[in-house]
Amino acid sequence: MTRAWLLALLLAVGPSAYAVIETYTFDTPEQERTYKHLIDELRCLVCQNQNLADSNAELAQDLRRKTYEMVKAGRSSQEIVDYMVQRYGDFVLYRPPLKGTTMALWVGPFLILAVGVTVLIRVIARRRSDTTETDDAAELARVERLLAADKDRKA
Amino acid sequence: MKKYALPLIVFLVIAGFLAIGLRLDPREVPSPFIGKPAPPFTLPQLHKPDATISPADMTGQVWLLNVWASWCVSCRAEHEVVTRLAATGEVPIVGLNYKDERDAALGWLRRLGDPYEASAVDAKGDVGIDWGVYGVPETFVIDQRGIVQHKHIGPITDKSVNETIMPLVRRLKGAS
Repeated sequence: MTRAWLLALLLAVGPSAYAVIETYTFDTPEQERTYKHLIDELRCLVCQNQNLADSNAELAQDLRRKTYEMVKAGRSSQEIVDYMVQRYGDFVLYRPPLKGTTMALWVGPFLILAVGVTVLIRVIARRRSDTTETDDAAELARVERLLAADKDRKA
Repeated sequence: MKKYALPLIVFLVIAGFLAIGLRLDPREVPSPFIGKPAPPFTLPQLHKPDATISPADMTGQVWLLNVWASWCVSCRAEHEVVTRLAATGEVPIVGLNYKDERDAALGWLRRLGDPYEASAVDAKGDVGIDWGVYGVPETFVIDQRGIVQHKHIGPITDKSVNETIMPLVRRLKGAS
């Protein structure tokens, strides 16, 4: 009996957990794809590390609605992206365009990688040169003597 | 001594970048509207639902658009500053009542005082989207020709009024 109640409770609670994201219906599968793609690519400006699809902030809901209305009205992805950029700037894009102000963003990681690799190569090269063999006869003789003495002591 | 030079330089560079990073406010997204015409709207007024208000009504004066809502805690925090600014009579302030309920908004103004020339009612937040509003409160400075000159994100303070907003307003007024 308790189990039946538990099940009923679970069934009652379950669906509401998904009810936060609005259900939108589209005329064509392409429209739905465009919509899903856009809300993945556009940033929510309130919770800046989430895209519109992930965020449940009020603004994200409004922008999803706006995106939906525009998709439904037959606007292209590019038109919708332009609409958002016009209002919120490049920041609304998760993939910022390549231009003067975003140069550091695009090139920076590769520059840092290049510096890191250069430093690494130099460190390895230096370490190798530290352990080079010697062909100095006197030095070799001294090493032989030390080794022999060591062997005698152990024996 | 030379051995420590490189790590020290690396440390200083990283510390420098982090120090700059600490000073930046990640919430401040540069507005693409600065220097562009204010987006038009025609909305009903909060106090007179039959009358409308539009940015075009303010042409010829330097004015502020202050986005507020009764549910917004920071708006309450900046309200005193807005009221004091309005009381100087130097610059008219128009409110944009963003995604609010009329009764709640009217009650809020009755309780705390109404510094606005008029408040436009943006119940669904569409005008907010047109103006690129992403956090309430926000304050825009608009010049005589209807060009957006400045956007302040978050509650305005005496400091931002005295150091940024009012000097800009006076300069714009002087330029006309």
